[in-house]
Amino acid sequence: MREVAVVSFAQHMARREDTRNEVEILLPVIREALEPTGLSSQDMGFTVSGSSDYLAGQAFAFVSALDAVGPWPPISESHVEMDGAFALYEAWVRLQHGDIDTALVYAFGKSSPGDVGRVLSLQLEPYVLGPLWPDAVSLAALQARALLESGKATDKDLARVVARSRRQALTNPHAQLSGSVEEAALLDEPLYADPLRVHDCPPITDGAAVLVLAAGDRARDLCERPVWITGIDHRIDIQSPGSRDLTVSPSTTLAGQQAGATADVDIAELHAPFSPQELILIDALGLDETRTTINPSGGALASNPVMVAGLVRIGEAATRLAKGEGQTAIAHATSGPLLQQNLVCALAAQR
Amino acid sequence: MTDAITEIITPIRLEYRYTPGTASSRFLRKMKEGKLVGRRCPSCAKVYVPPRGGCPMCGVEFGEEVEVKSTGTVVTFAIVNVNFANRVVDLPYVSAEVAFDGSDTTTMVLLKGVGADEARMGMRVTAHWLPESEWDYTLANIDYVEPIDEPDADYDTYKELV
Repeated sequence: MREVAVVSFAQHMARREDTRNEVEILLPVIREALEPTGLSSQDMGFTVSGSSDYLAGQAFAFVSALDAVGPWPPISESHVEMDGAFALYEAWVRLQHGDIDTALVYAFGKSSPGDVGRVLSLQLEPYVLGPLWPDAVSLAALQARALLESGKATDKDLARVVARSRRQALTNPHAQLSGSVEEAALLDEPLYADPLRVHDCPPITDGAAVLVLAAGDRARDLCERPVWITGIDHRIDIQSPGSRDLTVSPSTTLAGQQAGATADVDIAELHAPFSPQELILIDALGLDETRTTINPSGGALASNPVMVAGLVRIGEAATRLAKGEGQTAIAHATSGPLLQQNLVCALAAQR
Repeated sequence: MTDAITEIITPIRLEYRYTPGTASSRFLRKMKEGKLVGRRCPSCAKVYVPPRGGCPMCGVEFGEEVEVKSTGTVVTFAIVNVNFANRVVDLPYVSAEVAFDGSDTTTMVLLKGVGADEARMGMRVTAHWLPESEWDYTLANIDYVEPIDEPDADYDTYKELV
């Protein structure tokens, strides 16, 4: 496999972008990601984005977003209607071809214009489950209930996940929710979608993230501490939540194995929009919470721009390794309802 | 199978609060004042009317606001002869791409005051605005364009826009 590294990352998060449209949000983030590399978007061998037109409610919104790249003269470009982490996977595959050395990956999403819980219902199969319009929070509550009933976790475990997220998010300037909260106080909060409380659910966030990949020596030229992708893979479980065990994530386990991700890592950034999902992912990847720092950014419970939050996990993990906060990391991203599709990216500060 | 289900209907309805963006919002506010404005790209100097989030050629934020004129040139056009739902204009009519003077992009507007068989590229036109009392946050404040008594524009002056 060709060596590919993360050489730059930038992100922007907001509770609600009331005045700017997607292009206006993206432009400064793309500039911020490119600036340290000294490259322009025209220098990129490949450009790929992840987003969902259903968030904006506009067909081909992803095409309009290309304005932010300045695709003239024409560039080599692609898009996935998924989280930007899956766009990064396409860029990694493209870099394996060997004829290009750099790729620009961007993700954007405004969750605020519509009712995101209902918008996400449209990713369910459209014949039986979709027409019932189960919203994302209600579905997550079913998964949480299944987890608690299985005896694998208690509500105290959920509170522990949330308290950790809030505490670690205190040092993340992009976090929407952070703070020092007692687990006992969290359990005193009223139930929202039994057994979930509001704090077990992600905030609604508008945002964008941009990441630059480079291969081999080009990566070493472009930045002082490239963070290498030592393995990456994504796998999928059965689409219908009623047809699988919601308390486990075999696709995460398999993706982790295929990516060569070992549990013995310093940092794990897990894309778990709902607190029970973090426990399921820790179990699926065999992580030891006393060995590995889980979600030092606060994770998706701290800020959750839909279609962006997965790419942010890779960017956050890479940024921390580049700063010397660890030597190895796992970044995970999910797409689809209730951890249906999972991507695992293994990262290392040194090759 | 005699009882095969071949079709189901599953209604979908989602409501959104649309954000036009900073540049478009400014454009729409100016339309309400009866002014046609664009923004100039600091990199390629082209003026976009209406302005977008950023210059799609250069990938940079737009710079200064530029007021453009209500006169312009028909760059290209289509004669519409086919009926369709919710049509409000009598057939046949001419839908024209007009480059307003001072703009480097075209805007699609209705061309009136000339027979469909007389519409032509390069024709000089002026915008006919609705009465001021009807102005709103919309490009529809320009009801249509109509010909003015000027020689046709030279093809070279607008060929980039065709």
